[in-house]
Amino acid sequence: MNIDLSRRGFLKLAGAGVAATSLGALGFGDAEAAEKAHVRAFKLASTTETRNTCTYCSVACGILIYSKGDVAAGEQATIVHIEGDADHPTNRGTLCPKGAALKDIVHSESRLTTPRIRRPGTDRFDEISWDEALDKIARALKDDRDANIVLKNDAGVPVNRWTSTGFLAASATTNETAWLTYKTVRAMGIAGLDNQARV
Amino acid sequence: MDPNLDSPRTAAANPPIQPMPANLGAGDVIRASAMPDLAPPQRQLTPVAKLIDVSKCIGCKACQSACAEWNDTVPPIEENVGSYQNPSDLGPEMFTLMRFSEYENPNGDFEWLIRKDGCMHCTDPGCLKACPAPGAIVQYSNGIVDFIHENCIGCGYCVTGCPFNIPRVSKTDHKSYKCTLCSDRVAVGQGPACAKACPTQAIVFGHKDDMIAHAEERVADLKSRGYENAGIYDPAGVGGTHVFYVLHHADQPALYSNLPEDPRISPVVEGWKGITKKVGLAAIGIAAVGSILHGLLGRANRVTAEDDREAEEYVEHSLPPGRS
Amino acid sequence: MTNPWTDIRNTDLVVVMGGNAAEAHPCGFKWVTEAKAHRGAKLIVVDPRFTRTASVSDYYAPIRPGSDITFLMAMINWMIQNDKVQWEYVKNFTNAAFIVKDEFGWSDGLFSGYDPEKRDYDKSSWDYVMGDDGFAQVDMTLQHPRCVWNLLKEHVSRYTPELVQQICGTPKDRFLHIAQMIGECSAPDKTMTSMYALGWTQHSKGAQNIRGMAMLQLILGNIGVRGGGMNALRGHSNIQGLTDIGLMSNLIPGYLNIPTEKEVDWTTYMSSRSFKPLRPGQTSYWQNYSKFMVSFLKAMWGDAATAENDWAFEWLPKLDVPGYDILRMFELMKAGKITNYFCQGFNPLLAFPNRAKLTEALSKLQLLVVMDPLETETARFWENHGEHNDVDSAAIQTEVIQLPTTCFAEDDGSLVNSGRWLQWHWAAGTPPGQARRDTWIMSQIFLRVKKLYETEGGVLPEPIVNLTWDYADPNEPTAEELAKEMNGRALSDVHDLKDTTKLLTPAGKQLVNFSQYRDDGSTMGACWIFSGSWTEDGNMMARRDNTDPDDAGMYPNWTYAWPLNRRVLYNRASADLKGKPWDASRKLMEWNGEKWTGYDVPDIAPTSKPDEVGPFIMNQEGTSRLFTRGMMRDGPFPTHMEPFESPIANPFNAQMRGNPVARVFADDAAQFATSDEFPFVATSYRLTEHFHYWTKNNRINAALQPEFFVEISEELAALKGITLGGWVRVWSKRGSVKAKALVTKRLKPLQCGDKTVYVVGIPLHWGFVGAARKGWGPNSLTPFVGDANVETPEFKAFLVNIEPATGEAVS
Repeated sequence: MNIDLSRRGFLKLAGAGVAATSLGALGFGDAEAAEKAHVRAFKLASTTETRNTCTYCSVACGILIYSKGDVAAGEQATIVHIEGDADHPTNRGTLCPKGAALKDIVHSESRLTTPRIRRPGTDRFDEISWDEALDKIARALKDDRDANIVLKNDAGVPVNRWTSTGFLAASATTNETAWLTYKTVRAMGIAGLDNQARV
Repeated sequence: MDPNLDSPRTAAANPPIQPMPANLGAGDVIRASAMPDLAPPQRQLTPVAKLIDVSKCIGCKACQSACAEWNDTVPPIEENVGSYQNPSDLGPEMFTLMRFSEYENPNGDFEWLIRKDGCMHCTDPGCLKACPAPGAIVQYSNGIVDFIHENCIGCGYCVTGCPFNIPRVSKTDHKSYKCTLCSDRVAVGQGPACAKACPTQAIVFGHKDDMIAHAEERVADLKSRGYENAGIYDPAGVGGTHVFYVLHHADQPALYSNLPEDPRISPVVEGWKGITKKVGLAAIGIAAVGSILHGLLGRANRVTAEDDREAEEYVEHSLPPGRS
Repeated sequence: MTNPWTDIRNTDLVVVMGGNAAEAHPCGFKWVTEAKAHRGAKLIVVDPRFTRTASVSDYYAPIRPGSDITFLMAMINWMIQNDKVQWEYVKNFTNAAFIVKDEFGWSDGLFSGYDPEKRDYDKSSWDYVMGDDGFAQVDMTLQHPRCVWNLLKEHVSRYTPELVQQICGTPKDRFLHIAQMIGECSAPDKTMTSMYALGWTQHSKGAQNIRGMAMLQLILGNIGVRGGGMNALRGHSNIQGLTDIGLMSNLIPGYLNIPTEKEVDWTTYMSSRSFKPLRPGQTSYWQNYSKFMVSFLKAMWGDAATAENDWAFEWLPKLDVPGYDILRMFELMKAGKITNYFCQGFNPLLAFPNRAKLTEALSKLQLLVVMDPLETETARFWENHGEHNDVDSAAIQTEVIQLPTTCFAEDDGSLVNSGRWLQWHWAAGTPPGQARRDTWIMSQIFLRVKKLYETEGGVLPEPIVNLTWDYADPNEPTAEELAKEMNGRALSDVHDLKDTTKLLTPAGKQLVNFSQYRDDGSTMGACWIFSGSWTEDGNMMARRDNTDPDDAGMYPNWTYAWPLNRRVLYNRASADLKGKPWDASRKLMEWNGEKWTGYDVPDIAPTSKPDEVGPFIMNQEGTSRLFTRGMMRDGPFPTHMEPFESPIANPFNAQMRGNPVARVFADDAAQFATSDEFPFVATSYRLTEHFHYWTKNNRINAALQPEFFVEISEELAALKGITLGGWVRVWSKRGSVKAKALVTKRLKPLQCGDKTVYVVGIPLHWGFVGAARKGWGPNSLTPFVGDANVETPEFKAFLVNIEPATGEAVS
């Protein structure tokens, strides 16, 4: 229950007038308990490790995603940590300030979780079901395409060009998403297809 | 404790996911605050070090980001006050910070000197010496100086005792915080999160001898590029440090956001050592100590008025009835 | 990038100009620090600001935004004047020896054939003299006065160090010091690498900036070699892939072209794509165009694409303009001509220029569909956020549907990095709430549209109802199925073209690579350049062997690089005319007397003899091009053009504004300002702490750079009475923003002749949603005009005014 009270001596040296009180006054518990030096429990123990690629720039750093639960095994999985993959030839485990905080974008408060609709003239989003949203979109596409696709130009040449609906594609989706997007958008005849590479 | 395990030699590794015992524990503690009669350690780990090569640093703050992610801290979203330095200071939620200084050298060329600030893990740690709470600050045989928050009383003495002005006391839980050198990672053979993340490997981690050798290569490269005064900053005044720098201008550390030229533990704090008389602790001394230290230690080692006030409040609130 | 990130460690000199690699690509920049630490390489930074890249450079020079062509042409001039030329490379591997038509010329800042009414060139004079043998004429001695080399020499002779100082504001001594450093890399055993990004592309003459450096690199012999190359540091994680797969108005996957309406049928379309070699014996690989195109059409429409219907060519949209790029689409939207608009992971309200115009345009849509993992400003363009988005919600009649998508951590698939590596990744987390994959969403939209056509009929249903859709689960094709389609497979047995008895790939099997693509309908393949990525041997993009023979930085068994797992483009040019490496210590490819060997897949037929077949096999010349014929709209050589908003007149032609052939819409022309009213030059950029408009949704990155600011010099601060950390108002002819002032020594006024030019730096990471403090982007200020060739907006040089502001912005 005793401690090295060198500070007491210090206070004397400094000439300050102080009052004595008990050890417990500072909130100390059992001093022996204080000997239990310990490091924090390693937080990745018993997690699932999955290899992925950073979603930001095109250095495309290899990353390791640690989750509680295993998606590949059909489980619900919550991502608890992300860090660089030391085996990756480009980044060798390093990450930039964006990549090092990837977990935060996965769990951002700005993540969208439900389809929503903002109706004309209103000042809010309302929730909507997937079915309703997708049906509305399909209807709008067909109506506009039927009304506005240009089948032939003035010279009578078939052009099959639909310019009154446009599509901006992503820059971080997979190649596979990109191909499916290309395929469906072009099949409809959309000319105004573009992606972030333009800027 | 497996006697065959030693300190990790690199931060460039992928962490384990299988459960494993920590290879860093009570038996590796060589010093603990306010515990002079500590039993000797059960083994000697090879000292580790984090080398920060300022000349390779691009000031990207990946270290800050990785630090916050690994340690689950939530740094404050502040304002821009005309600087790239954000958050504006170290804090209980931000254990490391890029400090930016603009310098026009005698040749008229501009230099942007960016230094990662944070705990230096001194071989002779002022924080530990100043700390009155038994076992709140420990030093392991590998050189890591770690805060054991369960034992921390939030008095702020560690701030006062630190020649580098590093620890910060939380206003929320009244505990003092700083870089742990990712002791939890080191304990499973990994390096600190910042060193692993650092894109240019301006931060590297390993055995201190290896880091010194690496630093010497870096100094030679800098000298070949015209930095005649390039050198290693591993200050002897605190017994050397387990976080140390390569500087292009090692003759002028103050250029790097006031890195101390010759940091030492205050003679006053040193004076505490050796007086081993065992008496009850002076609680109301906290505020007095703060103000005295103000006058005596000076320079970088300041206890702010805010610290004083907080410490005082804490003591008052924690005192049992009738004790004040 | 011509070379992989990991190759940068092989260089002797890094030039970062038109980019800021340390901040925008920190982990790629690692290889610069490695080259410095282990090869003694040097780093040069040329930038209007002293950036964090400059903070670790060996030499820095400032430059006025928008004046890079002058700097680069002067650099070429200096190399020629000082004989810093890799002669063997230039004579044999570039078109220096090709003779150009007599009619071609340049005067008053313009090339021959300019029509000011059309704002376009008649490019017929920008071409080679053709001989009776059907090939372009050359003079290998480079003596002919009309050969490309002598025309280039004359063209660049105007660009002196003095002119650099006058136009760029770069001090002459700084320019000359850099010229000396670069000149050393003309030695065959010295290489320089160019790392650039949007600092070069986001100009009305962006493509010509890049041409300028590419020409310099060719003159130094630095293309195709280890540690060399033109390295475009792409911005987003799969922007390379999205471009490769052709998600642009005028593209088809693999850099094929959507037809124009002048190409009235398949025969006409193919007639301009014969790609006959311009010199004897050259490869001219685009001669295979029809195989790639037919295989693409078969991937789209399968059995419905037949020889009889010209592979369903008619179903493709045909363009009446060069492209329906984003600028044109928003111009049409503002005019009320767009009904529906989709934004898939894209936030145009902050990403495109002139935000006021964007808001007006979006307000005229009937339906805006936003697919995104995150909230975006675009999805909430109708929502009032005080001064940060001051709109009247009630007046905006646009319906907005916001669909939650998964993010990178929740799906499988491949991304193409800047070095053309296709890297596969795996899902790790469960999507939040009802978020779904983009593949499911696109399938659902398409299947519903298809069903409407099947049940109701409608206009031109054929391309929709016949679209190939043979997925195991039609509701959600898997990444594996889609990747296999891009690789391509045999629809019927594929035989060797030279030995038709030899079966290469039986029907139904994945093709080995695009050499097995056919134009007879026997193969399908959606993206020929990706072919080889998923073969019968499996998913090559998932390979994880990181061994690296000779420490060359090629990592040949790590994932897959297009084309054909080739890591360095034009790598045959790493060896001389005998096939010996220019630098034995940095061998990449070598001719062993019978074939090409080395550490990479040769970028030439393996048995093409080194002294017969040129290294630039995609070009009809077999060489690279110092002179681009009529392939670019604004000239076969780069010529100095000012930004549309500039503080000084073009010294070659004071009447010429901006790029004389850039497309300008009438309303936007009226919004171009002059320096009388807006005296300061602004430029936009990213900061390393943030990724565009995404990471402001993330608490940690928001803490690292919390608030919108602008950077100005101490001199400009003094001139306008602006204090460090104080509020300022910055405005252009198109809008106004309020920001904190970061006053710094890192920006200095530039002296351009008798004009002092002050630069205002405007980072782009803030908006009105997310965790960071509310702010604006530079796009509230920027002009609505794009590059003449590719319509990339001019974000990097425009005019503003600035003044101190009082009171904190209300947020």
